[in-house]
Amino acid sequence: METTRREFLRNTGTLLLLTSSAALAWEAVAAGTPELVPNYRLDQHWWGMAIDIEKCIGCGNCVRACKTENNVPLEPLYFRTWVERYRVLAADLEHPEVDSPNGGFDGFPPHPASPGSKNFFVPKLCNHCAHSPCVQVCPVGATFESPDGVVLVDKTYCLGCRYCVQACPYGCRFIDPRTETVDKCSLCYHRITKGLATACCETCPTGARKLADLKEPKDPIHEFLRTHKVQVLKPQMATGSKMYYNGLDGSVR
Amino acid sequence: MRQFLKDGEHLVRMALLFGLGLLFFVALRAFFVPKGFGELGHFRAAAIADNAARPLMYAGREPCEVCHADVAESRQGSRHAAIACEACHGALAQHADDPARLKPTRPDARKLCVQCHRSEAAKPEKFPQVIPDQHAGTEPCTACHHPHHPEIK
Repeated sequence: METTRREFLRNTGTLLLLTSSAALAWEAVAAGTPELVPNYRLDQHWWGMAIDIEKCIGCGNCVRACKTENNVPLEPLYFRTWVERYRVLAADLEHPEVDSPNGGFDGFPPHPASPGSKNFFVPKLCNHCAHSPCVQVCPVGATFESPDGVVLVDKTYCLGCRYCVQACPYGCRFIDPRTETVDKCSLCYHRITKGLATACCETCPTGARKLADLKEPKDPIHEFLRTHKVQVLKPQMATGSKMYYNGLDGSVR
Repeated sequence: MRQFLKDGEHLVRMALLFGLGLLFFVALRAFFVPKGFGELGHFRAAAIADNAARPLMYAGREPCEVCHADVAESRQGSRHAAIACEACHGALAQHADDPARLKPTRPDARKLCVQCHRSEAAKPEKFPQVIPDQHAGTEPCTACHHPHHPEIK
């Protein structure tokens, strides 16, 4: 049984090529697109949100509704969404004064007027990035971008290692003290898959937050994106954020 | 063949060891990797359904308007018409499921109205804002305004 080097290389090469292509093909067959809620198909949605800073009144309805809907601990510092109040002085555009007492849960105590400043509220939440830094660092695959564009957490699989908490450039994640696993905005995944708006969008009295399905041709988001000058947070980080802010000031971080 | 087994005994031993190691690895992997992992990406596919399975707290305005059609109709054309019922009345999915189980409480108008309409520099200029004490003294807002139709006629 003589085998030349040439034969050996050819045979192992073919074997490698065949097994790898077979494995790839099998993965594609096995994947498919499972249905989780009747009439909801993962490949027909791409979720995001339009946030109109010019309409936000800082009432805190979204923060309260989010905590109620998602059973978020009521103590301060645990938020899936929160509202920040900015005061930017014309003389120092780079260093805004930002406050967010209890995340805006109790509303905002009135600010004394400050002539020569601009003032506005910025609602914040998970940006549901298409290329999420938090997903990239998870060592066990407990957080992921779902095929319909929502960054979700697998609570049964999370180790609580806090890597993702540090990786998120928007500070949107926290460790739930009850389970010691990570928690964050799920874009009310249990609601949007049933055709309902998220709790924050549902309760926003001015329509400053609007849930958007970017794959739905009739969604008003397309009109919104066409007629407004929108921006995402930290575009330089190329996270592929899908929270489109209208009237976002350059001082917002 | 016999000659090969004799000369290449060390190779056979290595191959067997390698095979055993591979088997051990496959067995461990099957034990530790959860079902459905990798089906849709580097995560457990069933985690998507887990996220979708949580209970609702806010019902949305359609269920409200089934029973309270009179209120829905009276709110038409009002400046508050676009506001969802639960924005002021709170999370009422349980009430929508079974009206007897959870009764909504009447919101404290003075507190609720002020949450949105108290004057504040960061609010958009066009948004109607008041300094509550100067605007109404200690009177409740509802003395002059109806929350479902806040315009003064």
